[in-house]
Amino acid sequence: MPTQIPVEDGRVVLDAEDVSRALTRISHEILERNKGADDLVLLGLHTRGVPLAQRLAAKIEAVEGATVAVGSLDVTMYRDDLKSQPTRTPHRTSVPGGIDGKAVVLVDDVLYSGRTIRAALDALSDLGRPSVVRLAVLVDRGHRELPIRADHVGKNLPTARTEKVRVRLEETDGGADEVRITGGAQ
Amino acid sequence: MRKHLLSIDDLSADDMQTIFETAAEMHDVQRRDVKKLPALRGRTVINLFFEDSTRTRSSFEIAGKWLSADVINLSAKGSSASKGESLRDTVLTVTAMGVDGLVIRHSASGAAQQVSEWVSCPIINAGDGTHEHPTQALLDAYTLQRTLGSLEGRHVAIVGDLTHSRVFRSNVKSLVKLGAQVTAVAPPTLMPSGVATWSKEAGFTTAYDLDEVLAGAHGSVDAVMMLRVQRERMSGAYFPSAREYTVGYGLTRERLGTLREGAPILHPGPMNRGLEIAADAADAAQSVILDQVSAGVAVRMSVLYHLLAGPTEGVTP
Repeated sequence: MPTQIPVEDGRVVLDAEDVSRALTRISHEILERNKGADDLVLLGLHTRGVPLAQRLAAKIEAVEGATVAVGSLDVTMYRDDLKSQPTRTPHRTSVPGGIDGKAVVLVDDVLYSGRTIRAALDALSDLGRPSVVRLAVLVDRGHRELPIRADHVGKNLPTARTEKVRVRLEETDGGADEVRITGGAQ
Repeated sequence: MRKHLLSIDDLSADDMQTIFETAAEMHDVQRRDVKKLPALRGRTVINLFFEDSTRTRSSFEIAGKWLSADVINLSAKGSSASKGESLRDTVLTVTAMGVDGLVIRHSASGAAQQVSEWVSCPIINAGDGTHEHPTQALLDAYTLQRTLGSLEGRHVAIVGDLTHSRVFRSNVKSLVKLGAQVTAVAPPTLMPSGVATWSKEAGFTTAYDLDEVLAGAHGSVDAVMMLRVQRERMSGAYFPSAREYTVGYGLTRERLGTLREGAPILHPGPMNRGLEIAADAADAAQSVILDQVSAGVAVRMSVLYHLLAGPTEGVTP
């Protein structure tokens, strides 16, 4: 029987300040890599990638003084595990200004198997043809099942498969930002 | 959500909102260059139509194709049903080919329910006799909800041939479930028998005078749904002449003028222009008849997705 893990369990690996610092660094990396904010589109993956993309855009705007296009991408219909779980209601996909010829940065909270990103790449190809696609994640916890890697990582977090990485963000979960590892070998 | 969609009774108000939320996302896909989602890739859907249909069949076909399902259309004309094969044999034959979902329309009330007892794949009722047409009711409610914001406390008048209308039966159920007030208006000859008890149980009101209803005798009207006069289902004389029907129950230019500004006008189609609805009303700015058609594809994509994309084993039948 799986036991319910209380939220307080486990250990905090990133607190609110760490999250903020990581996002600041990623925003600079994105600018450096893209040589400025031109033609940049930040696409957050539902659920927690969306506020992260908005925060990155705000930080980039503060540095460059230019507005950055931010959107959201829902990959529900593109998942490879649709048949193994009850159907979920898709979220909004919104891509202001389109992605044709743009430099798209996919933003997500945790990179794990890589399957969500695989689905996101498929979803992107139905929306248009970006000139380049990069990936920014807050946490990379390893255990990839597909040949996918992140371009910008907030924190590399070596984990066991039995552990859970819980990301809490002010916008989606209330309370202070936090990344916590729970569970593991018992 | 249940395995089949045979009747609006299969859905809770929450299920309907889930279908609408998904449909809203599907609506966005209709505006894309690439109108394709991979959710039903590798699944086969058969549209089994024993009755004539243009919009429902093509709507289901487009919906299935945009979700990447393989869609096959079978109609009674030109199939072995016209050679005398029974419904059961036809259904068992097509499902034996390895079908993941069956969309069925039949002139017999209860046909979809009956078929669902014979086969193991999800069944979607696309109209059975004078019983139900759940996806039409869903797209009507979805269209109304998009136009009016919410259906809670809104007053919808459904006008026309209620006796023969499966659209009416499904719509009453869905609109009441979503919190709307429904007034059903028809000449006494086209009011379903036993409507007095039924309306009391289901929670809607009936009226015979359209002008009184539009004037607000049952509360101001927020939307009007005109139903088709179904001559093909009529065996006797239900009204003296077409002209007389129009005078009493048609949405004429004069009646259009009495509607609240912007109150949506719905019609499930196909329209008998000049009979139950005047061209002025059908083409008015507040007519949402074509929105219903485009909503139809989105809502059917949503229904196909929720019924067919998930695991097919272990679902509550």
